[in-house]
Amino acid sequence: MIPQKVDYKRAGSVAEALSLLSANPDAKILAGGHSLIPAMKLRLNSPSLLIDIARISELRFIHEQDGGVKIGAASTHHDIVSNATIRELYPAMAEAGELIGDTQVRNVGTIGGSIAHADPSADWPAVLLALGATINVEGPAGAHDIPASEFFTGFFSTALEEGEIVTAITLPAPSAAHQSAYKKFMQPASRFAIVGCAVAIVADGGTITDAKVAFTGVSDAAFLDEAVAAALIGQPAIPETIEAAANAAAEGDIHINEDHFASQAYRKHLAKVYAKRALVEACGL
Amino acid sequence: MSTITVTVNGKSYTKEVEGRTLLVHFLRDTLGLTGTHVGCDTSSCGACTIHLDGRAVKSCSMLAAQADGSILTTIEGLAPGGELHPLQVAFNDEHGLQCGFCTPGMIMTAADLLSQNPNPTEREIREGLEGNICRCTGYHNIVRAIQLAAERTAGVPA
Ligand SMILES: Cc1cc2nc3c(=O)[nH]c(=O)nc-3n(C[C@H](O)[C@H](O)[C@H](O)COP(=O)(O)OP(=O)(O)OC[C@H]3O[C@@H](n4cnc5c(N)ncnc54)[C@H](O)[C@@H]3O)c2cc1C
Ligand code: FES
Ligand code: FES
Repeated sequence: MIPQKVDYKRAGSVAEALSLLSANPDAKILAGGHSLIPAMKLRLNSPSLLIDIARISELRFIHEQDGGVKIGAASTHHDIVSNATIRELYPAMAEAGELIGDTQVRNVGTIGGSIAHADPSADWPAVLLALGATINVEGPAGAHDIPASEFFTGFFSTALEEGEIVTAITLPAPSAAHQSAYKKFMQPASRFAIVGCAVAIVADGGTITDAKVAFTGVSDAAFLDEAVAAALIGQPAIPETIEAAANAAAEGDIHINEDHFASQAYRKHLAKVYAKRALVEACGL
Repeated sequence: MSTITVTVNGKSYTKEVEGRTLLVHFLRDTLGLTGTHVGCDTSSCGACTIHLDGRAVKSCSMLAAQADGSILTTIEGLAPGGELHPLQVAFNDEHGLQCGFCTPGMIMTAADLLSQNPNPTEREIREGLEGNICRCTGYHNIVRAIQLAAERTAGVPA
């Protein structure tokens, strides 16, 4: 399996990557290549030029910022799960990152590539939604920020405009009583999520004061399940609350995926089971 | 075409490559290092695993051009003077292979695992091998071989 002919250029800076991208409409950004190269080998994707951004140092960093953490787009999954601050502040990031693919994939694949690709079964999108992350973007019109809740717009689709790249992901400072967790039921061969659930809650004195619950694998794109969050906020952090909230998962006007691994009914069931497991862990029950 | 310079098993090479050339084909066809195998079309099997700047990667899922400027180690580089690497000895001792097709990838992944975690538990070994498929052994003897190599090299810097 060999990709179609393609030119390759390694960009030395974000500015160079952006100018190459605007000069070559058929070009594609290449980060880890662990979604793009397999697709090119299958000839599902045949760009004329690959603009490699993986070694741009201004895209590969993890640093603390305003009590939160900013992650450069070219940080690998391994960079993220081996970062002590991220592990401490956002357990859901560590749990999700460790479950991506395998060692070799985590050594090469990047968070920016994962979210730009927006595979409906990818792990990071659900976690970024639950944590209320901001996606930092740069393009021909300059830099701007997109809330994760507006970034994942559909099946392999994002709010990125033509010529724009993701430069970083900013995770907000967690409040004192913040907890997060990620649980996934994985496809046994690829390890992609059949259902993945990320939760972030704030429980103040036993009462849940804030909650975000997001799913991947369930629908065309990762999404925040408002009904589950609504059933948690203002309630005591006890098993009965979690049971009731988890039962509200993946209901209502949501398109549920179906494939030969899981029917719609089974996915819906898994969404409730994995919401419950993630909430039990986040609430420390 | 672009020109890339890579250090493979301690030797520097400067070669012309097509943009689309996969790293595994560069190693096998351009450099003649056929110890690195291709076992699938889906980035799943890990037979193509090598080390890129010290970390295990699937060379079938990368372009040769992406490796420009990197230090690579393939299975041939583990026994430079002809003396087998402790993992190779342990695979031999524990019967960690049958047909041997998966073995170079298994050993390269295991070497990365042991360099980060010199005393892994059985579970950590099994999880560490998630990206490598073996159609013959049923994995038990592979896991035992890695455990044995870990015991023998405990405390010995790689
Ligand atoms: C065997 C295997 C198993 C996997 N299992 C999982 C899994 O369990 N869970 C999971 O979530 N993922 C999984 N993945 C996907 C993996 O996480 C990819 O690394 C990731 O989806 C893409 O990141 P990348 O850096 O490799 O991106 P690339 O493949 O380089 O790029 C992907 C797409 O994003 C674009 N792009 C890349 N970076 C940027 C940027 N900064 N700005 C704008 N556009 C950009 C590219 O143009 C391309 O269209 C798996 C992959 C493999 C090969
Ligand atoms: S040949 Fe690379 S993973 Fe199978
Ligand atoms: S020994 Fe035959 S594939 Fe592993």
